[in-house]
Amino acid sequence: MVRQDGNGSAPENETGSWSVKSGLAQMLKGGVIMDVVTPDQAKIAEEAGACAVMALERVPADIRADGGVARMSDPEVIGRIMETVTIPVMAKCRIGHLVEAQVLQALGVDYIDESEVLTPADERYHVHKHAFKVPFVCGCRDLGEALRRIGEGAAMIRTKGEAGTGNIVEAVRHMRNVWDGIRRLQALPEDELMAEAKELGAPYDLVRQTRELGRLPVVNFAAGGVATPADAALMMQLGADGVFVGSGIYKSEDPAARAHAIVQAVTHYQDPKIIAEVSRGLGEPMRGIDMNEIPEEELLAKRGW
Amino acid sequence: MAGKRDMTTIGVLALQGDFAEHIAILQRLGAEAVSVRLPEQLDGLDGLIIPGGESTTIGRLLHQWKLLEPIRELAGDGLAVWGTCAGAILLAERAPDLDREGLKLMDIDIERNAFGRQVDSFEASLSISVLGPQPFRAVFIRAPRINSVGPEAEALARLSDGTVVAARQGKLLATAFHPELTDDERFHRYFLELSANGRTSSGRVEQATAAGEGSATRDLP
Repeated sequence: MVRQDGNGSAPENETGSWSVKSGLAQMLKGGVIMDVVTPDQAKIAEEAGACAVMALERVPADIRADGGVARMSDPEVIGRIMETVTIPVMAKCRIGHLVEAQVLQALGVDYIDESEVLTPADERYHVHKHAFKVPFVCGCRDLGEALRRIGEGAAMIRTKGEAGTGNIVEAVRHMRNVWDGIRRLQALPEDELMAEAKELGAPYDLVRQTRELGRLPVVNFAAGGVATPADAALMMQLGADGVFVGSGIYKSEDPAARAHAIVQAVTHYQDPKIIAEVSRGLGEPMRGIDMNEIPEEELLAKRGW
Repeated sequence: MAGKRDMTTIGVLALQGDFAEHIAILQRLGAEAVSVRLPEQLDGLDGLIIPGGESTTIGRLLHQWKLLEPIRELAGDGLAVWGTCAGAILLAERAPDLDREGLKLMDIDIERNAFGRQVDSFEASLSISVLGPQPFRAVFIRAPRINSVGPEAEALARLSDGTVVAARQGKLLATAFHPELTDDERFHRYFLELSANGRTSSGRVEQATAAGEGSATRDLP
């Protein structure tokens, strides 16, 4: 929700305002944002009912398998994806890589994901996102991380999960962490809020605001590990505003059918009969990785400060 | 505003988009708000809001869940329907860049993403006579533009360059911007009045409400 400026003193046609940046995330709610690597995949995603696409070079499962440094996608490919679909196009920059972010803004992408899925460019600082006209989404594992990112200017948050695993367990953990943190704030007396802000490593004003709202002050999607319609509906029932999905679609037997089913499951997340119906006959899901199989230093969710 | 005895019931299409914001404002104004995802949830409504969101996504889900025809029929019988942004695109008779058929209820031509991409999204203060003299701070997000208004409909709001950004046709309302993203409740009040009044026995819509009726009560609280 944004403040109302009813006195008419604001300039005519003001672009890049907080209302406009956080507002686009409001429009994405109840929807599915799909990773796409090629214009053809973008077309499939749009056809399946995606509310936006995330243009990237490789889906996280392939980044994980290939190793090496993962960077912003080729502007050529991002440009072709933007020409192919009419829905919003997001793209990822590396954590702290402000020039990749500037390039993406210059390309005209609709949202930038400052993402732990790419190899971080800065191990201490994130991009100062208030300085941009284009809105940013950032990952979090808990309330403190979410509020630090919002403090830096993120207009949308997603829980990180563990991308490219097809395993929902980390997404669930992070979403529950965020809500636990919010409920804790609401139970605290006012005179303990500053100490709690210090504990969270989060800006005091945002801590207060979150306590008043009873939710994050921006839209919060779930990401990282969604592989089935039931996974997507689970994240919605746990309080996500929408869902990101990538590897879970493309590493399955029938990506188009699965993408379509996940869209339906997000709309009807409270209706198990419909989720059952749309989950029929989708073929094999992504095989998935148990968290214990991943060496500690290869966990993507740990990136971000 | 709705009376206590017969509370106005407004459905909010909840397939995708910012339906929760509409519901919150309606409830603040004392109306009953119902989420609509399936055709049977359209029963007993005085009005229906189609929220902002992604018009291609909502369009697909309207087809998928067989909501298109029932909504058309109810609108034909006098149900008030208001579309904000994506919803306005879906209400338009002519939306050439929408890849599925929409509701085609309003005699307007609408163009998707007409102002550009997200970096071109903007806020502007509009003068809207049916809402009273206070300007209305409107948020436009990858917004559509109403390129022409046919004889059945009328323009309600324009940008300073004359571009039409809100239109009305009887009890149908289209806004290219998002009143649900601001604290200004006047547009929702206006829609509640449209929904509660003017339903005649034939289901036809009375044309009287547009010209400032009741505008004295529409100042900001």
